[in-house]
Amino acid sequence: MELTVQDSIYWIKFANERIQSEKEYLTSLDQAIGDSDHGINMARGFQQSVNKISDGSYVHVSDVFKDVAMTMMSKVGGASGPLYGTAFLRLSSAVKEKNPLDHKVFVEGLEDALNGIKQRGKANKGEKTMVDVWEPVVTLLNKNNEVTAEEIVNTAKEAMEHTKKLVATKGRASYFKEKSIGHIDPGSASSFYLFESLAKVWKSGGQA
Amino acid sequence: MNFVGIVLISHSSKIVEGIKELIRQVITDVPIEIAGGTENNEIGTSIDKIAKAIQDADQGKGVLLFYDIGSAKMNAEMAVELAETDVKLVDAPLVEGAYMAAVESGMGKSLGEIYKAMKEEF
Repeated sequence: MELTVQDSIYWIKFANERIQSEKEYLTSLDQAIGDSDHGINMARGFQQSVNKISDGSYVHVSDVFKDVAMTMMSKVGGASGPLYGTAFLRLSSAVKEKNPLDHKVFVEGLEDALNGIKQRGKANKGEKTMVDVWEPVVTLLNKNNEVTAEEIVNTAKEAMEHTKKLVATKGRASYFKEKSIGHIDPGSASSFYLFESLAKVWKSGGQA
Repeated sequence: MNFVGIVLISHSSKIVEGIKELIRQVITDVPIEIAGGTENNEIGTSIDKIAKAIQDADQGKGVLLFYDIGSAKMNAEMAVELAETDVKLVDAPLVEGAYMAAVESGMGKSLGEIYKAMKEEF
């Protein structure tokens, strides 16, 4: 699929709607093994991102992502700020001055974003973090460009639910050690909403 | 005389205000800036606050950053990448590290010398 400026704005808007409606749920996940600020922080970060990009007129997709990155970095108080901020900043640099993005360029951008998250958080797959959702989704998208929206949603959802079984070794949840088992990682949940929203844009065949 | 600056980063402004007070009892001439809490002074850290603190603490001899937990380190790392001055992030206990660095800076030591001393101590 192709991703236009308009699609990228819809992506963030859909993600924001989802995160606003799941704000309490995200907070409850974070209450179990963290500092209970994930719902509030993500809701603030995405709302402000939407406010920012709704006002702008964009020529390149990369500029949409850059504004999202900067907003995330400065408006989100918790660890999700630098992590999502880095992800969107890497994505933005990877797709610089292109519009629309073809499948290959976009997926390479997502791969860069994933690597950015890993570097920033010093995390790898299996550590009960957002990487556990990002990596399988990027791998899926990398396989071919015939991926359906359903496959994206299913992969992301399965990956998010798998974090329940993992022991946290990164972030605030790591202080809970084995007690973190049985809980979904909040960052993997917000990442699921992000990819679910991408799938929604995907489904409309770039005609969101 | 110019000194190496110190920036204290914490999720809570009260934590860093307290540490600054503690150091100021002994060291009065070294620039110490704090970046505590989010933009709205809630619990968390803010890259903008850290960036401003770095600027304010810099007298031309560089700045050392000390942080507490979680996002503080990630935000500090991003601030270091964006900063135009000579900045180093120190992996040391916040209170002891900052105190020791302030004493060393007060003796007129360079950024590199203090950073090395920190690495040896912690």
